[in-house]
Amino acid sequence: MNYLGKDVELKVVGTRPIRPDGVEKVIGRAAFGADFRVAGMIHGKVLRSPHAHARIKSIDTSKAEALKGVRAVITANDLPNIPSEEAFVGEGPANFRDMSLNTIARDKVLYDGHAVAAVAATSPSIAEEALRLIDVEYEVLPNVIDVEEAMKPDAPILHDDLFTQGVDPKPTKASNIAKRMEFKLGDSASAFSKADVIVERKYKTAPVHQAYIEPHACVVSYGADGQAQIWCSSQGQFMVRAYCAKLLGMDIADIRVFPLEIGGGFGGKTLVYLEPLALALSRKSGKPVKMTMSREEVFRGSGPTSGGAINVKIGATKNGRIVAAECEVMLQAGAFPGSPIGPALMTPFAMYDLSDVTIWGYDVVSNRPKVAAYRAPGAPVSTFATESAVDELAKQLDMDPLELRLINAAKDGTKAVYGPTLKDIGFVETLEAAKSSSHWNSPLGDAAPGKRRGRGMASGFWFNIGGESSGATYVNEDGTITVVSGNPDIGGSRASMGMMAAEVLGMDVKDVRTVVGDTTSVGFSFLTGGSRVTFATGMAVTQSAEMVRDELCKRAALLWEIPAEAVEWKDGKAYPAGENAGKFDPLTIADIAGKSARTGGPITGKASINAQGAGPGYATHICDLEVDEETGHTTVLRYTAIQDVGKAIHPSYVEGQLQGGAVQGIGWALNEEYVYTKDGRLDNAGFLDYRIPVASDLPMIETILVEVPNPRHPFGVKGVGEPPIVPPMAAVANAMENATGVRMSSLPMSPPRVRAALDASEG
Amino acid sequence: MYAPTFAAPQSVDEAVRMLGADGAKPLSGGTDLIVQLKSGRNRPAAVVDLKKIPGLVGVEETSDGFVIGAATAGAQLGEHAGLVAAYPGIVEGAELIGSTQVQGRASLAGNLCNASPAADSIPCLAAAGAIAVVVGPNGEREMKVSEVPAGPGRTNLAKGEFIKCFKLKKPTANSSDAYLRFIPRTEMDIAVVGAGVNITRDGSSGPIKSATVWLGAVAPTIVEVDASCIVGTSLDDAALAKLDAAAQSVCNPIDDKRGTVEYRTKVAGVLARRAATIAFKRAGER
Repeated sequence: MNYLGKDVELKVVGTRPIRPDGVEKVIGRAAFGADFRVAGMIHGKVLRSPHAHARIKSIDTSKAEALKGVRAVITANDLPNIPSEEAFVGEGPANFRDMSLNTIARDKVLYDGHAVAAVAATSPSIAEEALRLIDVEYEVLPNVIDVEEAMKPDAPILHDDLFTQGVDPKPTKASNIAKRMEFKLGDSASAFSKADVIVERKYKTAPVHQAYIEPHACVVSYGADGQAQIWCSSQGQFMVRAYCAKLLGMDIADIRVFPLEIGGGFGGKTLVYLEPLALALSRKSGKPVKMTMSREEVFRGSGPTSGGAINVKIGATKNGRIVAAECEVMLQAGAFPGSPIGPALMTPFAMYDLSDVTIWGYDVVSNRPKVAAYRAPGAPVSTFATESAVDELAKQLDMDPLELRLINAAKDGTKAVYGPTLKDIGFVETLEAAKSSSHWNSPLGDAAPGKRRGRGMASGFWFNIGGESSGATYVNEDGTITVVSGNPDIGGSRASMGMMAAEVLGMDVKDVRTVVGDTTSVGFSFLTGGSRVTFATGMAVTQSAEMVRDELCKRAALLWEIPAEAVEWKDGKAYPAGENAGKFDPLTIADIAGKSARTGGPITGKASINAQGAGPGYATHICDLEVDEETGHTTVLRYTAIQDVGKAIHPSYVEGQLQGGAVQGIGWALNEEYVYTKDGRLDNAGFLDYRIPVASDLPMIETILVEVPNPRHPFGVKGVGEPPIVPPMAAVANAMENATGVRMSSLPMSPPRVRAALDASEG
Repeated sequence: MYAPTFAAPQSVDEAVRMLGADGAKPLSGGTDLIVQLKSGRNRPAAVVDLKKIPGLVGVEETSDGFVIGAATAGAQLGEHAGLVAAYPGIVEGAELIGSTQVQGRASLAGNLCNASPAADSIPCLAAAGAIAVVVGPNGEREMKVSEVPAGPGRTNLAKGEFIKCFKLKKPTANSSDAYLRFIPRTEMDIAVVGAGVNITRDGSSGPIKSATVWLGAVAPTIVEVDASCIVGTSLDDAALAKLDAAAQSVCNPIDDKRGTVEYRTKVAGVLARRAATIAFKRAGER
């Protein structure tokens, strides 16, 4: 059923009830990963490589094992040595052998922080002491950190068995380039002849961490009967179960995963790090094992997103029509193949209606932590480059950058370079909303002496996905409702699930409680990622609530002894449908629930679906900033995030997604980067020197929600969590150019770099 | 198993005896030491908390000036109206350290003896000519604050010695100070460059009679800038340019994750100028 019609009056969807998880979080009682404990548990710690690249010659754990209080010590030999096997997991393809080797190194360490061994002991400090007693003999190898350096023919090779895929003929020499990919529409090479103006430039971005506030944490209990229980915070309890089963060689039915409250994921918790080690430690020690990462371990051992080097060439007529575009993306994958090179190539021109485009790129390994998904994986990197180039094009054409985008904007029917024909998209609407916004129409204001002000804008695209999801709606004995979702709530999905169910049932949302089920209490759901949950799991929950609504009508009919079709559901009650149905007082859910034993037993609805038809998201951002000429310090003065969100189920959460994405993007633009020492060690593994923005750095992020409903969702939902991190880097760079006249093509635009660029421009 | 002993002596003598033991470390606010203990970077055999010793915490205004207990936290300095009026630069330096929570613990002596060249409270203390009163096995001695750090993480205190208090002269008429630091963000960060300036003017609208300028984070310890180029001026553009050059000339920084040699040197000049301008204005208001 579809609730989109003009005649449908929505009572819950689109309102802003108090968030259901708010109180426990505000008072500090919500149980996150590290808060969880079970009786008899012991504590696990990981020994990590101090080298960027080294062969492991030997590991001697005997002294650690002899330490009083140590219950188990493991190395890679305690886990199965699994063969290479491609699998589609998380938000991109991966290989379970690589995943296993990333969890714990076998023959070689491939980055500073790579896990080498793990210990479980009766206290965290004994476990730490035991780590100091493990002797690892390394043969240090030359390392390579930078993506372009790693592509050079004489670069140190990470994997002897890695041969570049996607090139002809198949290479015979091992390489750090795992794969070449290409997307092509028309003939860009010859189309450049039609251009009056051509912009060509190289850009570079730094790898950035998701910087979730909660470090990875889990408690694992491996039973004597071979059955295991895992309590952890992740972006998918079913994902944790599947990966652990694979990495430990267990049956899926022998693992039960309980999702805990999650303190941020942003894509970084779509895989496992500690859980397989904790399982092995628990199996070996016979005790439940708790493991938590320190912040330093999070930075050294868990995935950031890729950095990249990007070459862009765009040509346009003097009227501003883009006639040809090319883009080459070199994307850093970390120690194992699997950067988001696909989406990085598919997204950066998806805002535009273009006939001649070629975009190609490389997935490149180097001695850094394996990358993980991070909000719209790949898109921010390539879009920084293309949206900077579009801004340069506007400048050369002496056109308003917003008008230039309107001239070229993708609309319904536009064929995207990556294949599909776009439909029900709202990109033009975001540009129109930007054009009429208070921000775009307000003067920039005068800069103080020694400072310069500028305004910039940029747009971005993200696919959004659907996929396999399960939801259930249970009528409780007192007429309240429990909704069970198969997806961890990382962005307010408990609120949106409960609101959709309440809308279907005509109830007050406060009488609906939504919980995230463990792997045995709800059907399978693909992980929380790809901005899919409110769309796909929301669809499943809506269907389960509709089943319940229909069943409630049937039960009322039984009580009234009239045909089910003669019952109508309205405002949370069953009514006889019209005069002919008979005269009966309406029945509430509580009335029907209280008598359910007489009408057939408990009333439940369950839906397991593979949701299709996700609608892509488009975002347009405007940034005002001020640069201190002498220090290169940048202050963001005003920032507006505009996005087509389909339909905002809970607008405050949706605005929060836009604000959060914009803030992370501003950090990416201005200060975030990994600093390596000459020998390949990470030198800023903490929030002191890995600089995400603090609250006082930023103005309130303004938001404008544009609603172009997705007709393939009952309430018109499109994913909202990823598009807002795509435009900020270019929006900031474009504002910087507007302020200073200097085009910053390398991220981050940190104060030393800005000052150096300003000095260079003044020659 | 590593497990340090902990003691909180009630007297200077007791503390001196405890700190004379091998591997003993003094604790005041603990905002550096406890973090180092947790990370394993520092593993003292004994931790000696000095805050229970009478006089180690608090600000006393005397006829000669101020006596500040070594373990007094930045927030407490900010609550002392007399000190804020007399030495606003010292107080603003101390109040820039860490978060609000950290400012409730982090102390002047801790900031000094942690011996980071980037310590925010030290340039203005040095510019004011502050004296550290040091106690130890051989009794009491006085050191200029600027003489305490020996290099990153090292001090010139002898084994068993610790700072009991700081002495600040009563400021002369028409004198004041200012501290500025550069960080990439707006708070919760460590200075890439710091500049503390103390200026005395010849009357409330007169030129500069004397000036002292110290820089942080541009050398292994804080360094003094030859500020004679601004004495006798009212900080016209030419004087500021000379101060900028003088500041740059004493810099001996390193390239690290917080900044490059080139950037730190340039910004040292910028901050010296800007801090001097603020101190000059403040001095005229006193």
